[in-house]
Amino acid sequence: MKMLTFAKRCAKEILRDPLNLVFGLGFPIVLLLLLSAIQSNIPVSLFEIDRLTPGITVFGLSFMTLFSSTLLARDRESSFLQRLYTTPLKAGDFILGYMLPMIPIAAAQGIACYAVALALGLRVSLHIVYAVLMMIPISVFYIALGLLCGSLFNVKQVGGICGALLTNLSAWLSGVWFDLELMGEGFQRFAHLLPFVHAVELERAVLKGAFEDIWIHLGVVLGYGIAMTLGAVFIFLRKMKAQ
Amino acid sequence: MEMVRTVCLTKKYKDSVALDRLNLEIEKGELFSLLGINGAGKTTAIKLLSCLAAPTSGDAFIGGYSVIRDAMRVKRMIGVSPQETAVAYNLSVMENLELMCGIHGFSGEKTAEKIRALSEEFHLREILSKKAGTLSGGFQRRLSIAMALITEPEVLFLDEPTLGLDVIARSELWEVIRALKGRMTVILTTHYMEEAEALSDRIGIMKSGKLLFVGTAQALLAQTGEDQFEKAFISVIKEAAV
Repeated sequence: MKMLTFAKRCAKEILRDPLNLVFGLGFPIVLLLLLSAIQSNIPVSLFEIDRLTPGITVFGLSFMTLFSSTLLARDRESSFLQRLYTTPLKAGDFILGYMLPMIPIAAAQGIACYAVALALGLRVSLHIVYAVLMMIPISVFYIALGLLCGSLFNVKQVGGICGALLTNLSAWLSGVWFDLELMGEGFQRFAHLLPFVHAVELERAVLKGAFEDIWIHLGVVLGYGIAMTLGAVFIFLRKMKAQ
Repeated sequence: MEMVRTVCLTKKYKDSVALDRLNLEIEKGELFSLLGINGAGKTTAIKLLSCLAAPTSGDAFIGGYSVIRDAMRVKRMIGVSPQETAVAYNLSVMENLELMCGIHGFSGEKTAEKIRALSEEFHLREILSKKAGTLSGGFQRRLSIAMALITEPEVLFLDEPTLGLDVIARSELWEVIRALKGRMTVILTTHYMEEAEALSDRIGIMKSGKLLFVGTAQALLAQTGEDQFEKAFISVIKEAAV
């Protein structure tokens, strides 16, 4: 109950910021439209809608990292969080309170992307529903990564780290824009140690209906998600005690 | 009856002592002011007493409960209005109050009753639907104090409650704080002499983490032989060899 009250407040903070809506929902859709337009004007298969859409939906989740990190870092910098530290809320309540409202926002982002993709020619299939559902574990990783960064860095720093650096890393290391094989074996191996490419491959496999391929990707994404969540709780608790 | 007691309460950071062996007793219902220049240790004292920071050594007791061993119990007994205005700016006045009620697990009925009572007491009724970020500094502080009072705390900490407010807003907030006298124990920090003199039952003067004087404003004048509170305060600060 206490945690849900705090989660409600976090949801209001995010949804009342128009920039969040523009970036969270608008930017991935614009990318989808632009890259589909490029695809329709080139002779090679570079941005086919059934491979592009899962990539864009996962790339869009990197904005969840930015939102969650900014909200937490801003709260930490203000006296508001200090006030809440004096209430019976515990570190886990705070982290869950920040995380829970972001999950439906992430799902809404995915639904919007797939809806646009359907208009652009994506074949109607029940797999789309599964792909949207699979965004939930993926979003947990991205949100928890944001909470870890928000616990460690200030607002200015998270803007740079999660806004510029992470969105780019997430894009380059995930194979959204290009096949990772083009970058050589070393790069490919390194990318596979991180969860970004697994998240994209997971979405692509689900959308294709290749469910036998999902487990390794799901395991990596879940592992990173759990590790990031525990890390965020640990760092948050340390910062709370280090007041 | 004693409500707050500190025993050699000390907070050290890497190369500085923010609070040095604070021994203090504050009675139930008392309005006690910690007065001092910047860096005196007032805010550190409030942070330790409200479980926001852990002491390096010593202990403090709120209603008999240790801030170290019984932090959760202490948290249920206290209300804190931090130095900066601690409100959620994108939430309305009503939503800010509801948030505090929800965090403390109040029922819907109790929440409605609390909001009605506090919005009347703090003259917030007309602005309940306004976003906190759009309010004047004075009303943001009122809201901040109202949020701290949601749980009917036995001890209320007000850290520099009128800092940065204009004369009118400060005088109005003084009335609000005066009205709390006797209902609960209030500990406020300030570096405004007139604020400490006008509001407090007793005053503690701090410098460099040390408590130099504890007593009433009259006792301070008598001890220093000065006829003005400000002169008496300066005399205590200058005479201290810390």
